[in-house]
Amino acid sequence: MKLERKEFIKGIIKENPTFVLALGLCPTLAVSTAMSNGLGMGIAATFVLLGSNIFISLIKNIVPDRIRIPCYIVVIATFVTITELFMKAYSPALNRALGIYVPLIVVNCMVLGRAEAYASKSSVKNSIMDALGMGLGFTLALLLISGIREILGLGTFFGYKIIKSYEPMFIFALPSGALLVIGLLMSLFGLLKNKKT
Amino acid sequence: MKNIEISKNKEDKILSDGVNKLTVSYSPHLHTNQSAAKIMWSVFLSLIPAGIAGIFIFGSKALWIISLGIISAIATEGLLQYLNKKKITLNDGSAALTGLLLSYNLPANSPWWLVIIGSFVAVAIGKQIFGGLGQNIFNPALVGRVFLMTCWPKYMTSFMKPLNAGFNVFGSVNYDAITAATPLMIVKEGEALSGLSYWDLFLGRHAGCVGEVCILALLIGALFLLLKKYISWHIPIIYIATVGVFSWIFGQKGLFSGNFLFSILSGGLILGAFFMATDYVTSPLTRKGQVIFAAGCGVLTSVIRLWGGYPEGVSYAILMMNAATPIIDRYTKNRIFGK
Repeated sequence: MKLERKEFIKGIIKENPTFVLALGLCPTLAVSTAMSNGLGMGIAATFVLLGSNIFISLIKNIVPDRIRIPCYIVVIATFVTITELFMKAYSPALNRALGIYVPLIVVNCMVLGRAEAYASKSSVKNSIMDALGMGLGFTLALLLISGIREILGLGTFFGYKIIKSYEPMFIFALPSGALLVIGLLMSLFGLLKNKKT
Repeated sequence: MKNIEISKNKEDKILSDGVNKLTVSYSPHLHTNQSAAKIMWSVFLSLIPAGIAGIFIFGSKALWIISLGIISAIATEGLLQYLNKKKITLNDGSAALTGLLLSYNLPANSPWWLVIIGSFVAVAIGKQIFGGLGQNIFNPALVGRVFLMTCWPKYMTSFMKPLNAGFNVFGSVNYDAITAATPLMIVKEGEALSGLSYWDLFLGRHAGCVGEVCILALLIGALFLLLKKYISWHIPIIYIATVGVFSWIFGQKGLFSGNFLFSILSGGLILGAFFMATDYVTSPLTRKGQVIFAAGCGVLTSVIRLWGGYPEGVSYAILMMNAATPIIDRYTKNRIFGK
């Protein structure tokens, strides 16, 4: 149990997929304009990660080594299709806001990276914990980035205006602001990590 | 046996005397009487005429912007160094200079928080995050300005009209308008410049940023720096000449129809070329590199002015060439003697 908890916890800070492993930065930069988008993307990616980790961990002994990547992609694409259809049916607004980045989860290096580096070598139980931890870390990172960007760049929190007379700092609504925020947060994570060791 | 001992004692004595008389040290043995602090404060001093001219043209508001910029930049630097438990280096004047340069790049009617946020970004993100003076990739003051320009273009492009009090002895006085377009904005809109002579441009009788309008005052400061040899002529002169020639070649009415003098005298070109492109930290080290750097700045400035979305491109041009400085330095390395 202890080991499984460790697998879960590591994704949040120590091996945070965005700030420490620097995986899946493309959707992070693109969808973090608003907190609702960030949360939606985080949940979608977590679901795909969970599904793909479970299945890849189950089929790891059947799949020949040479063709493992195409097999992983098929598994991941299946879950992405489920997510996309589900999103289209129940939350079309979010689907429109995320746009191409939902189907692009297929090639999200975080999902494939966990499949290749972790799920294909570990038990199902550990893979579930890893997927949940990584997914939570990714979601929290997205929420943090999109929170900073939305509050500073638009003056809103989940779409609600906080201060009436606030003059939005427009740069945070632009892609350059996303790079700036991610860079600063990465350096902050690096600082915290260095202080611990 | 005894003899040797005596001589040994003697040797020791000579050696110990020698230590007192001669100081043995590693090279370099020649020292100039210069320090980073001295140069920074000299640049600061050389910028003061332009500030006085700005206050003369835009009134007490300009003084308020300038002092606010300097104070907030110094406060940011002190605070960050205190929080990081680093040595507090406010005496070297680099923070004060950053604040001064930033305020020179703002319109005189900017709100107070704009200046403070700009100074904070300039010092914190422009400099301290890279490790302080000497480590920064980009010119801190320009980082602050471009940040403000992206965040609040509304405030950064509404320029105050000159006060005209006493200073404007030639032109007609119009007290109605509070804000006005800069000469470059007027030209970008495709309108003709009316009632603005080169002399007006040279003395700064037009809308613009606090410290960039009075070319005369800037040139006095630049001359001081050149005579003191704190800056060499290469970067500023090549930069300005490139902008002039480029604007002349690609004029609005076809090739070779541009206005050489206007392109040089308008906007922040003189301030940028003499005081910001020549920043030691962010410009190339070798002469050859400096020439490439200056020409690049000139071409980029003209391209932004002529075909870009903004009327003025000096700050973006310098920042882009700052980013290219490491690669310029790598390819223009001087040959090592004997190799």
